Amino acid sequence: MPQLDFATFAPQLIWLTLVFGVLYLVMARVALPRIATVIEERRDRIADDLDTAAQLKSDTDDAIASYETALAEARTHAHTIAQETRDRLTAETDAHRADLEGQLAARIADAEKRITATKDQALTSVRDVAVDVADAITQQLLGDSDRAAAERAVDSELA
Amino acid sequence: MSAADQESGGLGIDPMHQFEVHAIIPINLGGIDASFTNASMWMVFAAVGIIGLTVFAMGGRAMVPGRWQSIAEMSYEFVANMVRDNVGKAGQSYFPFIFTLFMFVLFSNMLGMLPYSFTTTSHIIVTFALALFIFLGVTIIGVVKHGFHFLSLFVPKGLPAVLLPLIVVIELISYFSRPISLSVRLFANMMAGHTMLKVFAGFVIGFLGAGGLFTGLAIAPIAFMVAFTGLEILVAFLQAYVFAILTCIYLNDALHLH
Repeated sequence: MPQLDFATFAPQLIWLTLVFGVLYLVMARVALPRIATVIEERRDRIADDLDTAAQLKSDTDDAIASYETALAEARTHAHTIAQETRDRLTAETDAHRADLEGQLAARIADAEKRITATKDQALTSVRDVAVDVADAITQQLLGDSDRAAAERAVDSELA
Repeated sequence: MSAADQESGGLGIDPMHQFEVHAIIPINLGGIDASFTNASMWMVFAAVGIIGLTVFAMGGRAMVPGRWQSIAEMSYEFVANMVRDNVGKAGQSYFPFIFTLFMFVLFSNMLGMLPYSFTTTSHIIVTFALALFIFLGVTIIGVVKHGFHFLSLFVPKGLPAVLLPLIVVIELISYFSRPISLSVRLFANMMAGHTMLKVFAGFVIGFLGAGGLFTGLAIAPIAFMVAFTGLEILVAFLQAYVFAILTCIYLNDALHLH
């Protein structure tokens, strides 16, 4: 059994100590800190990325919320403007119509006044004509005339 | 050689030959033989492989790891979890040692699976040196940390006074046999597996050499060897894992006293 050849023990122990010692130093000083750093950095990076993603998501949510607020405000505003315009136009139209109606009423009243005056004047003319005609007929038939009697007769007929 | 020849059926194949240590560069340090042997060479290969994996494969330090970097990181996480689960936070400062130990045993075992290689962990002196170092280290840590109270490790809690002498003796024996069980487990597993493979390889050559009807029979030991090589790779990993986890458990005992 070569394992029990004591002559090989010394070189094996010496080289085991040497190799294992060097290997331990390289692992402890170089390799393991390096791997630890890489793993740590990756973990940090992933955590950072998740944080950033969460941040961006909340930003997006904020933006959506403010957009919706703005939209709602704009809609209210537009509604108000429309309402105001409608009211103003209605008021203007009403005022205009009232004005026109007033003018028309004045003109109607004026016209009616003129009609009355014309009618009165016409009636007065009718009486004069009737008196003249009656007087003239009386003159022709009787050769004599009484203008006062004719005026009385016409007046009593027109009344 | 002749005795070994007879052991393997006189087929001219010595299954123990693979374990022989021979000097490649003879070195003599003041009367002590410190030759660079084939065993030393494969230790160096293991160390170079580990450094290659953990230092150079990590060279990119990529945020998204490649294949080799992933293996290095997985090894790191694997051992880190082992230490965390078995020793807890106090074990953090021993993590580099456990990692080096696990990787060294794993690489030695795995390199031993290569044809024409040498399995450094198949030598009792190597595994015993590691186990003894661990045993002494763990004992010193325990004594430094707990002082005289460290002896309570040998007295289980709630023990009836009558049983005390018996149990303490058993606990002491079990404690002091730790380096032996730890080293023999690894060494015996590696040696037995490799010897078995060589013996069956001998059968293959024997059958082929016999010729005729026996040539066809050679397929049986070949099939067995293929399956057994798979098992050996599993054992190579498992023994490294067992070695490291037992070290963690011993360390935990020393740090936390049951």
